[in-house]
Amino acid sequence: MKNLYLPIPMKVENNHIETEDRNIKTLTLSFLNNKDEETFNFIPGQFVELSVLGAGEAPFGIASSPMDKKHLDFSVSRVGLVTTELHNLDPGDTVGMRGPLGNGYPLEKLRNGNVLIIGGGFGFSTLRAFTNFILHPQNRKQYKDIAVVYGARNPGLLLYRNELSEWEQRSDVQLHVTVDKGGESWEGKTGVVPVIVKELSIDTDNTTALVCGPPVMIKFTLPVLAEMGLAPEQIFLSLEMKMKCGIGKCGRCNIGSKYVCTDGPVFNLAQLNLLPQEY
Amino acid sequence: MDYRIIKKSKITEYLNNLINEYVIFAPIEKDDIVLYDRIKSGDEVILDYSNSVNSPKEAVIPQLETLISCKNNEDITCVKEHLDEQKRFLLFGARPCDARSLLFLDKVFNDEKCRDVYYMNRRNALTIISLGCTRPQETCFCTTTGGSPFSSEGSDLLFVDIGDDYIIQVITEKGAELVEKLDLENTQNDELTKMDIVINKSKARIEPEMELKILKDKLDSSFEGSAWEILTEKCLSCGICTYHCPTCHCFDMIDEETKGKVERIRLWDSCQFPHFTMQTSGFNPRPTYKERYRQRIMHKFSYCFDNYNMAGCVGCGRCVSQCPVNLDIRQVLTAFYGKHEEIRL
Ligand SMILES: Cc1cc2nc3c(=O)[nH]c(=O)nc-3n(C[C@H](O)[C@H](O)[C@H](O)COP(=O)(O)OP(=O)(O)OC[C@H]3O[C@@H](n4cnc5c(N)ncnc54)[C@H](O)[C@@H]3O)c2cc1C
Ligand code: SF4
Ligand code: SF4
Ligand code: FES
Repeated sequence: MKNLYLPIPMKVENNHIETEDRNIKTLTLSFLNNKDEETFNFIPGQFVELSVLGAGEAPFGIASSPMDKKHLDFSVSRVGLVTTELHNLDPGDTVGMRGPLGNGYPLEKLRNGNVLIIGGGFGFSTLRAFTNFILHPQNRKQYKDIAVVYGARNPGLLLYRNELSEWEQRSDVQLHVTVDKGGESWEGKTGVVPVIVKELSIDTDNTTALVCGPPVMIKFTLPVLAEMGLAPEQIFLSLEMKMKCGIGKCGRCNIGSKYVCTDGPVFNLAQLNLLPQEY
Repeated sequence: MDYRIIKKSKITEYLNNLINEYVIFAPIEKDDIVLYDRIKSGDEVILDYSNSVNSPKEAVIPQLETLISCKNNEDITCVKEHLDEQKRFLLFGARPCDARSLLFLDKVFNDEKCRDVYYMNRRNALTIISLGCTRPQETCFCTTTGGSPFSSEGSDLLFVDIGDDYIIQVITEKGAELVEKLDLENTQNDELTKMDIVINKSKARIEPEMELKILKDKLDSSFEGSAWEILTEKCLSCGICTYHCPTCHCFDMIDEETKGKVERIRLWDSCQFPHFTMQTSGFNPRPTYKERYRQRIMHKFSYCFDNYNMAGCVGCGRCVSQCPVNLDIRQVLTAFYGKHEEIRL
């Protein structure tokens, strides 16, 4: 019987500062054991528990695409004990990892349709994983039109800036990067995510939206999507609740009868509408 | 069913015979209260008790346990699992409600998609001998939750008190093995008649108060609304009800550094505590006693049906008798059920 509480050892390859306020770093890990590398298969949208012995464990969405089998990225916002320890790691250090956990984005359902990706804050991390996954040459033709709306409070807080410029250059993805407040050197869009989404012209019939971001963004984006004609079954949200075990045992991440760690973190709006409003 | 009989006066001797082979948990009296605890000798055990203050869940989910550890100067590659070979474990004198509670815990920890190896090691090593209840207490409501004072669900052997002897119902293979080992006598017909009388008398004292399926519907439709606030106003969020409850299984995991060692420890936690669901942003989906108490009830009487097709409560009554402000779970349930006019909402 596998011990689900035993972390596998990972090596820090890189730990680089993403944002101007230095509060988000992207941690790149590689496997210390070949066997772990072979058996670790995940789908975008899944998460893991990262652990620093002595500080504890915390859940993080996988920010890299599964097409890269050797490395895993995590974008970590420093807020407390574990996240501070993760920020302090240097290349060569070791860290524990349990996973992959949760369900991930509904790849089957998304195939052969248009995809609308909407993200804000570090919630964009798993959407970045997903976007890179579907933009991969091996996968791109399985999806029709792809639009990405990504917002941050100000330009300094945007993640993955090099990659955003690369996507910008591509003709097979429509990218809309926006900030709440620009500043003089900002040449891109200004405005909150829901407002930008409203301006999009998409064929809603065959579109699935993936949404992940701070609660206010979600709150104002959902009505916009509904207005555009997306049914609740076409809107998927990745949720965050307080977690410990990540495997449906410790009892703290439930919304009604669903455990966000095992039944989620990705739910469609139709599923969520059946659950109590306790999240 | 296979039945055996044992003289009450022989129990101590039998337990002493088993004590080298099994770690034995049984009801003992300590500081004027009855507790399940590890015994060193058969004569510590008391069997003339209503129910223990603590639940026997400690046998499978200890209040505190080390999951993994390493030395201070080591890193994650040196982590040791704390999965010691379990000695055979005997839970003697459990009440039928407590034996049923283990079937519930199995649903959570023996889920085929995510098996908990720490739990399973202890669970597989466990044999349960229950003692049927001839005198259910005022706080008991096992029949409402699908059990009964002589339910054999979850037990390997069930003892029925018929005066000077116990009739032993042999429920499982594990139970049969134990009975063979002790070389116990077969029963006579008149003894079985006596047993039936005892069982029926006790059952008549504890009629089910509600239909669980109906209760679930009523709770589901009452999630919103002021009833929760009114009914739970006196709750202190102390969490006593959850610590004593045999089916409450929520836990926390923390890292602790002591004596040159780093240990990852799992320990009981409670959904009644404000920090339990507090997110990093400071947002808490269950900020007050109202949402937390509602979670406890909804989990046990609605969500558990959705997920495991059984209630997450066995009606042991511990949360009723231990609550410092006498918040009686039965009154809360009955209020939603709308049975009694005076507390109908
Ligand atoms: C599925 C999932 C995916 C996630 N993905 C990511 C991700 O990709 N990137 C990311 O950065 N984060 C992610 N998170 C959030 C991340 O897990 C948390 O930020 C992390 O657990 C914080 O751990 P910590 O030990 O650093 O913080 P803690 O030390 O636990 O504390 C964090 C903050 O909360 C406060 N706090 C802690 N405990 C209490 C308390 N009891 N009462 C009041 N305040 C308290 C602290 O003061 C501090 O400000 C994800 C969460 C989930 C559930
Ligand atoms: S119901 Fe009673 S025992 Fe439970 S948390 Fe509230 S006050 Fe404490
Ligand atoms: S909820 Fe109360 S009555 Fe039900 S099993 Fe738990 S402690 Fe016993
Ligand atoms: S995190 Fe423990 S049950 Fe979901």
